[in-house]
Order: sequence, then C-alpha cells, then structure tokens
Amino acid sequence: MLEALERIQQEALQALAEAQDAEALEAWKVAHLGRKSPLMQVFPQMGSLPPEQRPLVGRRANEVRQALEAAYAERAEALRQQALQQALESERLDITLPGRRPPRGGLHPVTQTHRRIIQIFAEMGFQVVRSREVELDEYNFQLVNIPPHHPAREMQDTFYIDHGGDGEHYPVLLRTHTTAGQIHAMRAATGYTGEGPLPADPPPLRVILPGMVYRYEQITARSEIQFTQVEGLAVGRSITFSDLKGTLTDFARSMFGPTVQTRFRASYFPFTEPSAEMDVECFLCGGKGCNVCKYTGWLEILGCGEVHPTVLRNGGYDPEKYTGFAFGMGPERITMLRHHIEDIRYFWSGDLRFLEQF
Amino acid sequence: MLIPLSWLKDFVEIDVSVEELARRLTLAGLEVEAVRYVGLPMPQGPRHEFKISGLEWPADKFVVAAIHEVRPHPNADRLVLCRLDDGEQEHIVLTGAPSLLPLKGKPLAKPFKVAYAREGARLYNGHAPGWELITLKRAKIRGVVSYSMVCSEKELGISEAMDDIIYLPDDAPVGTPLADYLGDAVFDIALTPNMARNANVLGVARETAAILGKPLRKPSLDVLAEGAPIKGQAAIQITNPDLNPRFMLGLIRDVEIGPSPFWVQMRLKLAGMRPINNIVDATNYVMLETGEPLHAFDYDVLVERAGGKPPTIITRTANPGEKLTTLDGVERTLDDFTVLVCDTAGPLSIAGVMGGEESEVTENTRNVLLEAASWNFINIRRTVQRQKIASEAGYRFSRGVHPAVAEVGLRRGLELMRQWSSGTVAKGFLDAYPKPQHDPEVLLTADDIARILGIRLGLDEIADLLTRLEFACTPEGDALRVQTPPHRLDIGEGIIGKADLAEEVARLYGYDHLPTTRIADELPPQRPNPALAREERLRDALAGLGLREVITYRLTSPEWEARLYPPDARDAAPAESDYVRLVNPIAQERRVLRRSLLASMAEVVVRNSRHSPRQALFEIAPVFLPREGDLLPREPLRLALALTGPRELPHWEGADTAPMDFYDLKGVLEALAAALHLEDVAFRPATHHALHPGKCAEMLVEGEPVGVFGELHPAVAHDLDLDAAPVLLADLDAAVLLSHVPDGHALTPISPFPPVREDLAVVVDETVPAAEVEAVIRKAGGKRLVDVRLFDVYRGEQIGAGKKSLTYHLTYQDPEKTLTDKDAAKIRKRIIKALTRELKAQLRA
Ligand SMILES: [Zn+2]
Repeated sequence: MLEALERIQQEALQALAEAQDAEALEAWKVAHLGRKSPLMQVFPQMGSLPPEQRPLVGRRANEVRQALEAAYAERAEALRQQALQQALESERLDITLPGRRPPRGGLHPVTQTHRRIIQIFAEMGFQVVRSREVELDEYNFQLVNIPPHHPAREMQDTFYIDHGGDGEHYPVLLRTHTTAGQIHAMRAATGYTGEGPLPADPPPLRVILPGMVYRYEQITARSEIQFTQVEGLAVGRSITFSDLKGTLTDFARSMFGPTVQTRFRASYFPFTEPSAEMDVECFLCGGKGCNVCKYTGWLEILGCGEVHPTVLRNGGYDPEKYTGFAFGMGPERITMLRHHIEDIRYFWSGDLRFLEQF
Repeated sequence: MLIPLSWLKDFVEIDVSVEELARRLTLAGLEVEAVRYVGLPMPQGPRHEFKISGLEWPADKFVVAAIHEVRPHPNADRLVLCRLDDGEQEHIVLTGAPSLLPLKGKPLAKPFKVAYAREGARLYNGHAPGWELITLKRAKIRGVVSYSMVCSEKELGISEAMDDIIYLPDDAPVGTPLADYLGDAVFDIALTPNMARNANVLGVARETAAILGKPLRKPSLDVLAEGAPIKGQAAIQITNPDLNPRFMLGLIRDVEIGPSPFWVQMRLKLAGMRPINNIVDATNYVMLETGEPLHAFDYDVLVERAGGKPPTIITRTANPGEKLTTLDGVERTLDDFTVLVCDTAGPLSIAGVMGGEESEVTENTRNVLLEAASWNFINIRRTVQRQKIASEAGYRFSRGVHPAVAEVGLRRGLELMRQWSSGTVAKGFLDAYPKPQHDPEVLLTADDIARILGIRLGLDEIADLLTRLEFACTPEGDALRVQTPPHRLDIGEGIIGKADLAEEVARLYGYDHLPTTRIADELPPQRPNPALAREERLRDALAGLGLREVITYRLTSPEWEARLYPPDARDAAPAESDYVRLVNPIAQERRVLRRSLLASMAEVVVRNSRHSPRQALFEIAPVFLPREGDLLPREPLRLALALTGPRELPHWEGADTAPMDFYDLKGVLEALAAALHLEDVAFRPATHHALHPGKCAEMLVEGEPVGVFGELHPAVAHDLDLDAAPVLLADLDAAVLLSHVPDGHALTPISPFPPVREDLAVVVDETVPAAEVEAVIRKAGGKRLVDVRLFDVYRGEQIGAGKKSLTYHLTYQDPEKTLTDKDAAKIRKRIIKALTRELKAQLRA
C-alpha cells in the first residue's frame, strides 16, 4: 500500500509538470486530487488493511495529498505569473503615439501681466480702482495739470468724442492715460467735490488704476490706438521721492528678478514734480547689451514722480500737508519684452496662433 | 535738438568723454537719444547707452593738407592731378572736383587748404547714394596711380553735400589731424516740454556746467554800435501786450551780403540748418545758440512801404479773412487769434512763426531791421497747429521763450551781423516791453526738500545746487529765498515752486544718489473689491472650461456691427447717431465705440477661421451706449463667448469631430453657472437678430435675464463666409451675471447611506420642453431625489408622431438611512403620477 502511494505521488507530480495552462491544470486536479483519483481511492480501501498498518498508511496518504495540493498551488501560481507576463508583453503600447488632449483654455497674456503687477502691489497695500474709458477732458487733462493748449497735450494725441464740441475744443474724449482715474480715486477717498474748502483730515490712499487707454496713432508693429496701462498712486502725510524709488525698486525685483538693477532718470510729466523714468537693467542680456535693449543695457519700464501739488489739491488733499507719488507702466510693453514679441498688433488680433502660446 | 560738442565748449569746459557727458545729461532729464560722431573717436564694444552713428577720422589717416598746384590729367579732361602737401611729404592726388577743373595748369594765388584722406582711410563713398563705407586703396585710374583723396563733406560724413571738395580756412595748419581741427560730435537730445529753455546750445551748456560743476562762460552781449542812432528811424506799436509782451528792434546799415565764415556754416550744418547768407545765418545761429528766434527785415523795403518815411512796426491780431503769403510760398488765410507783425501798409509776418515774402532779406539788401520779440506761447501754439507750419521759430515760441532772452538775442545778432557782414550797427535799440515777466521767488526750507525728496540737505548744499543753474539764493532765517533766473518759465509760486525747485535739487544731486526707502506712512484701510474678484473668477472659470480669452478693439464701425443682422434686416441695426462717435478717427472702420461685443467676436472668428478650425473664445469688456442728456455714455461690462468647429480635434484612435452645436455652448454656460455657484439658473427660448430663431435662448439667473446665446443666424453666417460650421455665440451682461454670484455657499452633506439608482423613460408631446419634464420630476421626487440626469431622447415610430421619449437616470438617497425597495418604489410612483397628471406623460415600457 505504501508503495502504491509512492507511485501515485510520483506519477502525479510528473503529470503536473506537463500541465502548461489553466485547463490542463484543472484536468490534472480532477485526475489526481478528484474523488475518482487513485489517491482518493486509497482512503476507502484503508478499512481492508490490517489495523496496525492503518495509521501509517493513513498518515502517508494525507502527506501525499498535502504534497500534491501544495504542488498544485505552486504550479497554478507559476502559470498565473506566466500568463500575466505574456499579457503584459502583448499589451505593450507605443507610448510615443499622441495623447488625447482636452481643449486648453487660457487667459490673455495682457490679463496675466496685469495680474502679476496688481498682485505685487497688493502685497504693498495698493488696491485696485477702475474708472471709465470715455472721459471728460476735465479729468483726463485739466485736473491733472494739463490745461488747454499745454505742450504736454502733444505728447498724447487724443481721440475726441463728437459730443458737445465747438470745432476746436471737445469736452469728451477717450482717456489717453489711466491718470484720469487719479482724481476719481482721490475724490472718492477725500469726499472732495472740486468746490469749497479742502477736507480737513482725509485718509491716506494707495491705489492701482489698470485699464484700457487710447491714443490717436497709426497702427503699426510699434504703436496701437488702444493699449492698457497700470498706474499707481500713493498719498499720505510723508510719502517721499525716496519712498517712490524704494517701492518701485521692490516692484522691479518682484517682477523681473531679485537681483535686477534699476535706474532713475529725470523726466517730465505734467502731473508729477519731480518726475522720473525708471529703467530696469535688461533682464535678457543682464545689461551687456542685446537687440531687445537696443544695446543700451537698460529697458524703459515706467514713468513716475511725486504727485504735483495742483493734482493733490484737485483730488482734495492739501499739498501743504500731504505728499504722494504716482507711476504708470505699459503691460503690453512688459509682455513684449518678456516674451520677445516683435509686433504689438498681435495683442488685439484674437489670433489663436498667438494666444495659444500662453 | 542737435547740439554740436564744439559749440558747447564755447561756453563750458568739458573734461569728460562724449559718452559720459551723454549719460549724465540723460540722467538729468536731457535725454540724449543719439550721438553722431563727425571725426571724433567712436566708442568701442557692443553696449552703448544711446544710438551711435557717424565716422571716425583716425589721426594718421585724415589730416589738413595744402594743394599747391593743379595739373591736368594726361588721359582725362574731367580729372585733375593736385600737388599736395600733407605736412609729411608731397603727394600727387587725383580728383574730379569741379571747382578745381578751371585751375588746371594755372598758378594759384595761394595754396588751398583741404581735408586729405591717406591710403587705407575708411570713408563714405562720395559717388553713390546712401552711406556706403569704402576703404581707399592704391589703384590706377586712367593710367595714373591713385591711393588717397581730397574729401567732400559727404565723404567725411559731415553733410550730404558731395558735389565739391571742402575748402578749409586759409589758416588751417597743414599736417594737423583733421579730427583735431574739425572733428565734432553732435548730441541729439529729446527735450520734454518743461525743458523748452534748453532748446539751444547755451541752455544745454548751462545744464552741462551745472552737472559737471564747472562755470558757465556766457557769450558777450557787447555790441560795437558806431552808426547813427536807431531812434527816430522806426517805431513800435503793440496792440495786445498779453499776446506780445515784448518787442525789440535793432538796425544795422551797409551790410555786405555774402557767405558766413567757414566755422559758422559748419555749425549750422551740424545743427541741421542750411547756410544761406551771413545775415540769415546770423539770425539762425543766434536762435540755435540763445534760443531767441530773430527776424531780419529789409529796412529799405519797409521805408518804401511807409512812403519814404521811417516805418512803424505794429503787432496785432489778424482781421477777418486777412491773408499773407509766407516765406514758404504759401498764401495763408489767418484766424482772428493769429498775431501779425505789420507795418502801416499791412502784414509782414506771422508773429513768432514765419516771415512774409515781401520784406525778407535778399542778395540786394543793404540795411537790416532786426526783430527780437516775445510771444504768448499758447497763442503761438494755436497758430502753429491751425496753420500747420513747422518752423524753428514756431517750435521755440510755442514752447515758451522768456522775454529777457529777446535782448540777449538782439545784441548777439547785431554783433555777429556786424562781424560777418562789415555793416555798421545803429546805436541803441527800440524796446517795447509793456508786460514785464514776473520771475517767481520761492521761500524754500530744508524741511521742504526732506518732505518731497526724503533726504535732509543743508541749506548751503541746496543753495550750491540751485546756484549752478543761476537761481539766486539768499538765506533768510531757516529758509532760502530763491529767485528764478530770467530765462525760465517753468518755476511756479508757493508750494508748486517748492516742488519745482525740489526737482532741480534732485536732478543735480543725482536721482541715483537719493535714498531708496520703503513707505513709512500709515497704511490706508484695506478693503475688498468684490466686483474685481468676481470678474477674475469668471475669467478663471471660463479658461478652466477650455475657452481662450481675447481682447479686441473697442473701436469699430456701424457697418461692421450691422453685419450681425441678416442682410434683409439691416434697417433695424443701430444708426450712426446711436453710437459714441470719434471726431478724429484714424480710419473709417474704427470710427465709433462698439455697442456690442458680438461683432468684435465675429471679426476674430472670421480671421481665425483661415487657420484654426476649432475656436473657443471669450471676452470680458465694456460696450459704450450713449445716454440722452449726458455727455458720458454708459459703459456696461459684457461677456461674449464664441464656439465653432469640431467638438474634438481628430485623434488617431477616433474622436468626436462633429461640429459643436447649441448644446455645447449651453453646456459651457451650465458649467460656468456651476463653477460660479449660481443658483436658480433657467433657460427659455428667445430671439436675437444675429441668432438662428430656433436655436436661440435666454439665460436667467434667479429670474433675471443675463443675456442670450445660440447659433449664428445662417444668413449672417453666409454673409460673413462662416458657413463651414455652426458658430455659437453668447452675449451676456457680465455685471448682472456677476451680481448673482454668492459670496459663499453651503455644502450639501454627503450621505453615508447607499443610493438607489434607476431609469425612467417617459413619452411626452414634442411641444413639452425637457426642462418642464425635469422640473416635474424634481418637484415630485422631493428631497430624496438627489440627481436627475437625462441620458436619452428618442423619436420614432414606436412611440408615434408628435411624441418624444425621454429617459432619465434617477438617484434616490436619504441622509439618515438606507432606502428600501419599498421607499424607492414610493418615490417612483409619485413621480409617475405627477408626470401623468401634469404633462399627460406615459410611462414607456
Ligand atoms: Zn539687453
């Protein structure tokens, strides 16, 4: 009997080695561990054995069964692994084929530049104020110290609106700069209406005035009839030209890089005194000279200055007690410099070949 | 403004390089845009802070030389051979200079001093147009060896004159490097309006002296006047002192009209003016030097016009319709504000702008009456703009010239005319100065400077800086009394004057030397800006939904906006008068402000359709609507969307490339509403001139209409050549839309209990809108019905004509317990009952 068990085990293990797939494995299980298998036939025959042999044979038969079951499990696992390997191999993709791209939207580059600028100044306490685009001559020019026939009007060729003019003067225009919003913002803070005594103790003010402005220009690669500006205004009891330099240098470093150098040059704007232009060391060549900075090493970034006493007064701040600074810059120009854009006309074209690069 | 370095050096010692001076002028607000080198060494290296141009004359290549003999060329009639001494040796130099041809073989009275370029010199090609650089090489020309050249102005880069060689003054020292004798550099300075006082050499010299800390050597104002006095020889009559605060006359007799000295002509050319004759050149020279435009009259013409008597010069505004032919040959009709310089016989010139033809100086002029005046700059500005005259005098007078400069100019002009024309200056001037200029005095303290600039300077430091610019500073207690010098019109009174002086202090102290500080002042109250925050959320949401933001021209034309109307309905389009119109448009197609974003959007879609088949765009911008009885229009903020082209771009494994339709746009709006957490969003059929009448809807939020959307009307699409694929457009009121965005929203708790899902198919009449079916389902389903999703719409024979079948996924869930089959069946029954009762719906098997 024990010899028969040895033979059963050997034959079964031999047969198992030949089972190459799940089907053969199942057939083997039926043949060698099933109810009708030789091994299972051993158990009913046990009763016919002499009693002293029964424990021995019984133990041995169970050992064989366990051995076969273990061998089965091992073989099954091996076959599963083999099948998985085959499957993984056969399912290999050409990962260089293009993926399925969801349509990608995006913000206009000018919006993105505006947001950067606004965010940097927001951290310094400047809050956004917006104002109208069709503006009165009074706000765009007169109240910011540009009376009729002032030479500075020639610096800003103006689109006038056909409403209420006399052929030489027109009271309504398309704002030529966001400076028009300075008076609105100051009067909102001071409550001054333009008449009567100046308010006694108006609060300080820090605002950013972004928006579209318009100039009478030919549309070329370098000039546009509409473009955006971001202007800033700070008014308080002791806001100095040195504060202006510090604030704008901080801005330049946040915007263009922590080590960028700035340079302030004397300049002229009717609404500031003293006035300056801030140049930033060319961030493309590091100041060595390249075609973007026209080999000067500097990029003109913004105009600025201490707010002119007349403008402060028109806004409701007593210029004997208050000072302030203002600055203005062109986000399109900054965007063009950063991205090597050669033609300003791309911005309002809506051309997807341009916009999709952002 | 072109300023030659050599001229500046008449008035100030310059011990820094051309480049350093240009840099320091620029930092002080006189922006040097370009430097033209005329012989002097040019800077090396790739970086230079201004544009550079011109030609360098190396000392070993360009020298002063003398021609001693002009010989004929053996083989060419139009060439000559010059025996020339360059200080080192004699050369035979070939030239075709026309002025030398007649001198062939003749003895010369004196040697000619010329500019000589040696072999290997690089210079401009004098025989070709443009500015081509060539190098002198040894060659045989018609059998004679040539290796060097006697130069023309063009070859040296002085001017465009190339028809003859330059003749230097007789005292030019032979052998001297030409750059030392004649070399120069010309600064091209862009002057801001407040710098009008510096539109002349003396002004730039004053700034240079102040910047470098050197003394300013002003030109002498002495006049050698030896002729009979002017008194009684002419008279002045000013009718409007506001427009003509000062008028001066001087007289010089027996002038000999001829060319100006060589160096005068050189300076005029470098400063961009053409030499004419010694009298006209003197007026131009003095204008360039001092900033005072002068006008020279032929005195004898004026006497003749006055009937042989001494002329009276009258300044007055023009009479209605009065005409004058100016020096440029144009007959001009004058405005009533135009000031004329007249005599008793009529107008002579447009004051401060341009002279008349009749009284100008000619070759035959013997006696010159010289005008130096002062004019109201605003009035001159109006005149210049109205008459469209670009003159040097008009440029200066329209920016302001101080009346005191008139006397400087008159004295300098008479003396130079005397020196250059051998005339005799009459003693004295006529000077009418009815409206003396008030030069402001400002009381300035160290506190004022600290308050504005943020730096504490001593009064002596402040006084030192201001004195350099000729402000007279007198200490007065803890202040300085600062007197504005009599050439400046840009300094105000009181607090404005303090700011003006602070700028002068800052400029000379150096903007770069001022401290760099952070604002120490009180921080203003920080307030939220919900309108902006919501607008930016809207932008982000749309970009997140796959749309591209565009920004388009706000200027358009009524015709273009009318193209959004079907061709047979354009009568309904807004009229020109409904628009905000420009007085001075740059082009007809940009002459009004837009009333709608849709036409701008269509413009972009049309342009993109040539290269981008799939477009998904949005714009957030104002439109402009005139208001009755108000100068200013309304500027409501709008939102426009556009979709067109395939839903998905083709993909190698297949994609939904069907063209986008109404429901794609509606889906964007639904998703947008979800992103903004809008509540109670509804849609109803609508009409809009630009949209397909059957594919157009209105969007409502909390019952308020926010705008319309739909498919572009086929007739409009055809007219715009956009019929390749449907174009979906939305035109929404962004302000209204954003007004419904809640500040916050509460979360619906997530139930831990499993949902029950089932499908429900109902058949309703075709006329019943799907939204109504869903509304009934939701209402009947109650709180436990947490989701309703339509996933199939079927029309066909099985259900009969005029009917449609709608199949919904329904999800039931309770936050407190697991729903049983019985619970679900109860809800379902309620829904079916309601549908049957309210919509006569039938359950579909
Ligand atoms: Zn660069």
